[in-house]
Parts: sequence; C-alpha cells; structure tokens
Amino acid sequence: MSETNVDKKVVKNQSEESRKKFDVGSWLIPIVAVLVAMLLAAILIKLQGLNPITAYKSLFKTAFGSIEGLGVTLGKSTPLVLSGLAVAVGLRAGLFNIGAQGQLLSGALAAAWAGVTFDGLPGYIHIPIALVIGAFFGSVVAGISGFLKAYRGVHEVITTIMLNSIVMAVADYLASGKLREPDQFLTRTSEIAESAKLPIYGNLPSGFFMAVVLAISIWWILGRTTSGFRIETVGRNRHAAWYAGIPVKRTVISAMLISGSIAGLGGAVETLGITYRYAPAFNLGLGFDGITIALLGRVHPIGIIPGAVLIGGMRAGAANMQFDSGVAPELVDLLMALILLLVTAPLITRFFKNSSNKSMTSGWGN
Amino acid sequence: MKMLSKRNGYFLVAILATGFFYFNGSDVTTSVYATGTVFALPLALAAMVGIMCERTGIVNIGIEGTMLLSAFVAFFVSSLTQNIIIGLIAAIFTGSMMGLILAVMAVSWRMDQIIAGTIINILATGLTSFLYVQGRTIPGVFQSFEIPILSKIPFFGPVLFIHGALTFAGIIIILALYVAIYHTTWGLRSRAVGEHPSSADTAGVSVVRLRYINVTIAGAIGALAGAYLSLELVGSFERGFTAGKGFTALALMIFGRWNPLGALAAAMFFGLAQAYANQLMIDQIVNIPSQFTAALPYIMTIVVLTISAGKVRPPAAEGQPYEKGQA
Repeated sequence: MSETNVDKKVVKNQSEESRKKFDVGSWLIPIVAVLVAMLLAAILIKLQGLNPITAYKSLFKTAFGSIEGLGVTLGKSTPLVLSGLAVAVGLRAGLFNIGAQGQLLSGALAAAWAGVTFDGLPGYIHIPIALVIGAFFGSVVAGISGFLKAYRGVHEVITTIMLNSIVMAVADYLASGKLREPDQFLTRTSEIAESAKLPIYGNLPSGFFMAVVLAISIWWILGRTTSGFRIETVGRNRHAAWYAGIPVKRTVISAMLISGSIAGLGGAVETLGITYRYAPAFNLGLGFDGITIALLGRVHPIGIIPGAVLIGGMRAGAANMQFDSGVAPELVDLLMALILLLVTAPLITRFFKNSSNKSMTSGWGN
Repeated sequence: MKMLSKRNGYFLVAILATGFFYFNGSDVTTSVYATGTVFALPLALAAMVGIMCERTGIVNIGIEGTMLLSAFVAFFVSSLTQNIIIGLIAAIFTGSMMGLILAVMAVSWRMDQIIAGTIINILATGLTSFLYVQGRTIPGVFQSFEIPILSKIPFFGPVLFIHGALTFAGIIIILALYVAIYHTTWGLRSRAVGEHPSSADTAGVSVVRLRYINVTIAGAIGALAGAYLSLELVGSFERGFTAGKGFTALALMIFGRWNPLGALAAAMFFGLAQAYANQLMIDQIVNIPSQFTAALPYIMTIVVLTISAGKVRPPAAEGQPYEKGQA
C-alpha cells in the first residue's frame, strides 16, 4: 500500500513538472514554425511561376471553409492523430519509432481482412473486432523492434525503417495474392462489409472522436498512472530508471507495443472509415507525417490534435489546390518537412537537454 | 588474435564459395559477381558516409535523404543543362550542403542527432516529391568502359574493371578512406575526436572544426552514391528512389565495425545476395515472389544487426554533442 502511495506522489510531482516543461509560453514555437514554413514554401511556389496566395486560399477554403470540407478534413486527420500519438508515446519512452508507417500499413491491411472476412456480424461487434485486429498487428510489428532494442540493443530507428519496407512488401504480396479482390486485376482487397464501416454522423466521421478520446486517455495514462510514470522515467533517464528498480527492458517493449498498437489502430480507422479497402498506395506517408505531428504537438498527447487537423486539412485541400492554382499537391510534403525543421531546432534541444545530461541516443548500442 | 582468425575464416569461406560457384558455371558466376558489385557500390559508398561521420562522433541517419536529394539534383540538373558532368557537380554541392546542415544541427545547435538526421530525410523526401516532374530525360549515363589489361583478367576483370566512371571513383574513395583513417594525421585526429573529444581538444585538435569538415565531406560522398544511382546505374529518377539504401548502409557500417574495408566486404555480401536472388528468379530455379526478393536486403539488415549488436563497439563519443570543458 505504501509503495503505491509513494508512486502516486511522485507521479503527481512529475506531472506538475512536465506541465511546466511543456506549457510555458512555448506553444508559440509551433505556430511560428507553421507560418514561416508557409512563407518559405510560398517563395518556392513563386519561383515556379505560380501564385502562392491563390494556392493557400484554395487549400484552406477547401479544408475548413464548409461543413462538408471539415468532415473530409477530420476524416483525413484521424489516422494522423493516431500516428502522431504513436510517435509521441515512443518519444516519451525515449524511443524514436519512425516505423509508424509500417505498423499503420499492417493495421490497415489486417482491418481490411477482418472487414471482409467477418461478414454478417452486427456493426457494434464487427467494428471493434476489426479495430482490435488492426491494433494487434500494428503492435506485433512494433514489438519486433521493441524486443530487439531491449534484448539485443539494436537501434529502433533502423529496425523500424527496415520493417516499414518489409511490411510494405508483405502487404503488397498479400493484396496481390491471397487477399486480392476476386476477379480483379488491381492489387487491392475487396470492399469491407457494410457492418464494418465506421458510422458518419452528419458529415463528421466517428473515427475522429475515437482518436480524440484515445489521445486524452494516453495523456491520462502517461501523466497519472504508474505505468505511464515508468515509461516517462525510462524516457528521461534509462540508467536512473534502472537504478530505481523500474524494469527497463519490459517498459521499452511495452512502450513499443502501445505505440505500435496506436499506429495499427490508425491504419484500421483509415480502412474502416475512409478507404473501405486496402490498396498499396492508400496510406503512403501517414506514418512519417506522424513524426512531424508529434513534434509539432510538442510530444504532448493532446497537443497533437490541432497539428493533425492542420495537416489533415492540407491533405484534404491539396487536390483542389492543384486544380485552382496548378501547385502540385506534394506541396504538403514540403510544408511538413519545413515545419519539422523549424519546430524541432528550438524544441528538441530544450526537451532533451532538461531530461538528462546525455542526448536521447548515444550511438547504436544500449 | 581471435578476431583476426575469425575474420580470416569469413574470407576463407567467401573464397571457397566463390571458387565452388565459379567452377560450376564460370559465366553465370562472373555475371552475378559483376551485378553484385554494381548493387554493392552505392551501399558501400553510403556506409563510408556513416563511417566518416561516426568516427568523429556524429551519428548520421540522414544518409538516405542526402542520397535521395543528390540523386534528384544530379538528374534534374543534368536534364536542364543536358550535361551529366554539371549534374554530378551540382549533386556533390548539394550533398556537401546537406552535410553542412547536419553539422550545424548536430555540432552547433547540439540537437539530438537522430532527430537531426530524420529532418534531413524528411526534408529530402518533401523537396524531391514536390519538385519532381515526370518525363524529364538526361542525355545519357556514365557509360561502362574497360580498363585496359586489367579487364582481361578472368573473373576479376569483368567483376572489378569494367564499370562506369562513378564506380571507379567510388572504389578509389573507399580505398583512400581506409588509408586515410588508419594511416594519416587526419585519420588519427578524427578517431580521437570520436573516441574522446575532450582529450583531443586538450591536445589542440579543434573538435568542432574537424566534425564540421568530416560531416560535410561525408555529405559529398553521399552525393556521389546518389548521383551514381541516377546518372550511372538507372539513368532516371523516381520518388523514393533510394529505397532505404541509406539505412541499410548504417547496418553495413556496424557490421563492418566502422572500418571502410569491413563495410565494403559487408556491402559485397549484400550485393551478391541480391544478385544471386535475381539470378535464381531469372533461371526460374525457385519461384520466389518478387516482393520477397525486394524485401531481402531489409530482412538481412535486421538479421545482421541482431547478430552483430552487442559484439561491436562504436566510437565512444558517438551521438553526444561536445561542449568545451566537459569531462
């Protein structure tokens, strides 16, 4: 009993400290980063001989200008909230999960399979089953990296990147073979059953609200529970955590499993809510967007949401922007890169410098 | 001593295996090894980027991005000017700039180096996919030519001495880097900075300056690897063109124990494995789905890291920003 009390007290102190660390005035940085990135991209658009103002106007009008547009934006934002959350959970544990992409893909494919296979179930059973299966496969993929990190000291950045490509190859193989839509030549699965499709209320996709609830729960878990405290402590200083008796290896693996299951859920939500099937080109880049979004949201579970909505809006408006102004939709990729560059320089130094005397990654070992 | 004999063991196995294959079918084996060399070169060059950076204590995970953007610039500028030499120069300039940016982030700003590298990667992906236009062509590629006399040696001639100019440049750079790291003042200083920067500093070596120089030159080497892909091997550019080679290279660097020749051997192993897998598919000896041969290098990367992790010792100061006066 006394032990849990002590733990709770420490958790409380720690969460207050983390509140200070993440909240004091620093929300200005992401906002400035976004604006400066847009300015820089505008110069590039101008250099291409196109009009940046028309482009941005069209982009944001499509994304946020109408209820229908907002619905699409929130739909696009849903997997982004989840992939950002996945990256953030990893970062909190000191793990840089850049494999959200692969975990998301496996979740998307698994959910598509479940959506097709378990036809005939009522929606309130079918949807949760498909979501859980998606999350499970995401966590399996991430778990490999977590295990190798904990027990072999293999750096998670390399294993997750490699697993991205491996998952992509396997998913491609399955979608063009065993799981392919019958009597079709395209590499894609059949459309999922009606009962597996996420309901849309008015124009607002229900998946988004689920993602928000999950973000809030993760925030609560990290800040208010013992397991969250363990994850944060391992993230801040692995040696101190070990010295304090926290099972570091197990915490690393479970953080990776949580991170992967969130990413897998992101893929599942994408399949069940937007694409309704799996095809190789559908989910490209969502996992990498998660990195930018996590850092834009200052590695805070709730802070991720506005960033994800912004990026989701850009993705939603990109096609129309090309139609109106001739600017390639890949502008969004460029914007993401610039935002990442601008937001990390001042942020990360502070985040990791306070946390320990060493940087997050000292080489490839341990 | 134990290490030495183990390494010799690897070599013996490699030579025996090669001999076995060669006597079973000399033409096929020669062509597989020639293809293997072609696959291995960009990996080996990219591993050199990693070695140069990490020997001075900077983790460079942005090799992939450096290669990607350089490959793009090489192709794009070649296509604009219709001159592949100018394209190559532009690529090398781009690569050096990428290196410089990494140095600014890692050395001056003391950012987390993994994040700094990731920024380079995402920046390169964003820029190339934004600026990429379909339908551009370049006037040609760096054509293969034979080095007189040497190319007539059976087996070794076709494998090593019939290539394009960039391949030869790459091989020379790898050998030169090996000599430079172990037998020059620069190499000794670089290793010292990577192992124990404060001692090197006390001895009068400027840690910051050396790190800047090495990371920038490494960027130029990465650019050569990228330009090799777009201007010699393939002759075009696509989005996501480098396909993870920059990350595989990091595994090769670790597998090769941060030694240029070790990394070269590891890269040859990878290249040959891929070439053999391709050959098996062409001969239809086994029916492997193409997705699995595509995934082979990635799976091998993870396996290799799992085996070698914990057994190898990286430069001691790797990944840590240096502040004057630290212990």
